[in-house]
Amino acid sequence: MVLAVSPTRPPDVIVVGAGAVGAACAYHAARAGLSVTVVDRGPVAGGTTGAGEGNLLVSDKEPGPELHLALLSTDLWRELADALPPDIEYEAKGGLVVAPDAGRLDALRALAAAQSAAGAEARPVPAAALRDLEPHLAPGLAGGVHYPQDAQVMPALAAARLLRASGAALRLGEEVTALLTTAAGRVRGVRTTRGDLHAPCVVNAAGAWAGSLGRAAGAGLPVRPRRGFVLVTEPLPRVVRHKVYTADYVADVAADTAALRTSTVVEGTAAGPVLVGASRELTGYDRTLSLPALRRLAAGAVALFPVLAGVRALRTYAGFRPCLPDRLPAIGPDPRLPGLVHACGHEGAGIGLAPATGLLVTRALTGGELPAWARAFRPERFATAPKEPRPETPTPPR
Amino acid sequence: MPTSPSDARDLAIVGAGPAGLSAAATAARLGLTVTLLDAAPRPGGQIRRHPAPGLRTGPPDPSLRRAQLHPLVRHLPRHHVWSAARGETGLWTVHAVTGDDGDGERPVRVTARALLLATGAHERHLPFPGWTLPGVVGAGGAQAMLKSDLVLPGRRVVVAGSGPLLLAVASSLAAAGARVPAVVEAAGYLRYARRPAALAADPRKLAEGAAHLAALLRHHVRLLTRSAVTAAHGTDRVEAVTVTRLGPDWRPLPGTARRLPCDALAVGHGLVPQTDLATTLGCATRRTADGTFALLLDDDLETTVRGVWAAGESAGVAGERAALAEGELAARAVARRLGRPAALSPALRRRRARLRAFADAMTAVHAPGPGWTGWLPDATEVCRCEEVTAGRVRAAVRDLGARDARTVKLLTRAGMGWCQGRTCGQAVARLTAPDGRPAAPERRPFAVPVTLGTLAALDDTPHGKEPR
Repeated sequence: MVLAVSPTRPPDVIVVGAGAVGAACAYHAARAGLSVTVVDRGPVAGGTTGAGEGNLLVSDKEPGPELHLALLSTDLWRELADALPPDIEYEAKGGLVVAPDAGRLDALRALAAAQSAAGAEARPVPAAALRDLEPHLAPGLAGGVHYPQDAQVMPALAAARLLRASGAALRLGEEVTALLTTAAGRVRGVRTTRGDLHAPCVVNAAGAWAGSLGRAAGAGLPVRPRRGFVLVTEPLPRVVRHKVYTADYVADVAADTAALRTSTVVEGTAAGPVLVGASRELTGYDRTLSLPALRRLAAGAVALFPVLAGVRALRTYAGFRPCLPDRLPAIGPDPRLPGLVHACGHEGAGIGLAPATGLLVTRALTGGELPAWARAFRPERFATAPKEPRPETPTPPR
Repeated sequence: MPTSPSDARDLAIVGAGPAGLSAAATAARLGLTVTLLDAAPRPGGQIRRHPAPGLRTGPPDPSLRRAQLHPLVRHLPRHHVWSAARGETGLWTVHAVTGDDGDGERPVRVTARALLLATGAHERHLPFPGWTLPGVVGAGGAQAMLKSDLVLPGRRVVVAGSGPLLLAVASSLAAAGARVPAVVEAAGYLRYARRPAALAADPRKLAEGAAHLAALLRHHVRLLTRSAVTAAHGTDRVEAVTVTRLGPDWRPLPGTARRLPCDALAVGHGLVPQTDLATTLGCATRRTADGTFALLLDDDLETTVRGVWAAGESAGVAGERAALAEGELAARAVARRLGRPAALSPALRRRRARLRAFADAMTAVHAPGPGWTGWLPDATEVCRCEEVTAGRVRAAVRDLGARDARTVKLLTRAGMGWCQGRTCGQAVARLTAPDGRPAAPERRPFAVPVTLGTLAALDDTPHGKEPR
């Protein structure tokens, strides 16, 4: 299905993946004057984007390149919220991270101080003031940190609206099966289930499936799917105002382990349902319901908000976060295959980091140099690393 | 909390309709311990809902009524199963909440060596302008109302949609004293004539149909085939319907609309197998002749997940007698797997194959044609819970890149409300799919809603005991 009129000449760039990251790449590339075709084997937002909660977070980012990317994205999302239709449900609701005990509160406060120094807004909240922000929060928490910049969008609509605003030609239900290369070893397009599409540049925004796109051409990436479940409750009046999560979450995101980890993330949505996350496990592309994971999610949510015990979960679903061994995304040109630009591996932060990723990718597509801080995202950083990520190790101290 | 093997039953059966009851009776006869869970207060399923006196719905097989009293059968009524899973010991755990609508809510679990899903089917609704007016009821719902408390949906009731259920509903309504001005059937009954072999396979079914038709004639009910109710009119409740002739693909034919006064409309477009629990367990499905999905079973009625069997409508809508045969076949297969002597019964297998062949032919005749969307204007609501119109669904496909019901749900909220798409899912999927047929079965990991408190206490859930 081609939703927009196909250009008669080949496009300047083919974006593989119609999720949030692909949409943002298409949007920025089109605004830079490039003609763009987006190809996806499924519908819009059919992968990680459609299974996510739409979190735009600075609070869970370590000071450094990723926080930089997040802060830039925060500004860009604010602009997008004005440019795109209101049904993307952008809401700058703010995040509240809580610590159950003094030890974890110290670690949280130290992280917050470092994030503040790096330009993020992070305000310590004493235990007594937690309920001013979240009246239904359980008693007995040690304290927390409020992050006013944390925001939320309805992720599938945000991706769909971005794509529509980009004016890119959309080819959905069409799977890319190979990259086409020249004899000189340059990208010249993609082969799909419906034929060959030619373009001098290809953007790999294939999310949890991005690892294999360039593999046959020697430009694979060690992206692995990190499964997560979300519980969705019946619609409620606003009982949860912010995105509220426990301080363990940051450690879980960064943890290098295949086993199930859960930390509690609870948030309300504009439409009423409360979303409960977040579980992380490396189980391949297996969507089978895991009751142990759901039990832990529900127990965590009820511990934070006792009022939720009597609230019904209407549904649950699994999604796969595209996960690279160092938990940082791969953004930029692949020196192994000129013409291929990666935009993948954002773990659970793809929707949040999408706009800045799109901007960096567009800079690369238009021949510009990437800023020095973006070197941490160089795709070739894994080229010499062992194929499999490191074996399981304890969570590194923060 | 680990489950001790002593708590485990041989067989857990979900659903106490004809298939589940037949399986329970057979399994108990073969010496298996059985727990039979069902949402309703009484066994019998949709088809045997506590028949009202004076209505000739036929007495349930007495051996089935006895099934729930067999000492090896533990019947758990008012148990709403929300999930099932295989534990580390290889035993199945069935999770349920109790209460009339799961509201009670006491969590219960049942562990068993084998699992049999007899979850039945639910009605398919294809919306039209006015379908949300008071006085418009599901055809199956009207039948259930009659059977359980002899309430008529109205005094002058039009019956419409497609499928053999319509004739049964119309004759029940007429027998109970309602005027039925017409049965409006979208398919052409002549199409049955094109499948003589399959029809000959089940002469009893044909005789049933003929009996219903004779009853309708007696009550002066007109049968309008190749026609549909394409609108319901009224302000506070339905006062009339528009009936329109259809082309072979169910497209309404221009210039053929006429108005029919009535004070109620019973409408249903066939039945859809209930597969939520099974697909969550990973059981594979097959596409049925009417473009929906039913569980894929082998000759022993085992699903593609070892240790999980199915019987009855969840494996494809085929009626009560097929369900009874399948319940027995499945129970025998379970017994053999658990090391009990149980004969194969080739005769029963042949009988089942015959009934299935007839049902498949019938399903094909009544398969919704793609032209039905011709009676669905953009302004008509498709998802009642979230108030999503057909126009918004179409826009999500045309403008926003949706290609399946799941993406339409994400982009429009259609199917996100209380019913989780049980009412609108079929319509949304057919409105969305590029070829008008859903590409995959709907997935609902929770077969019924469950509180976070119940989920959180999953490991401490007590075992289900007979409520006596």
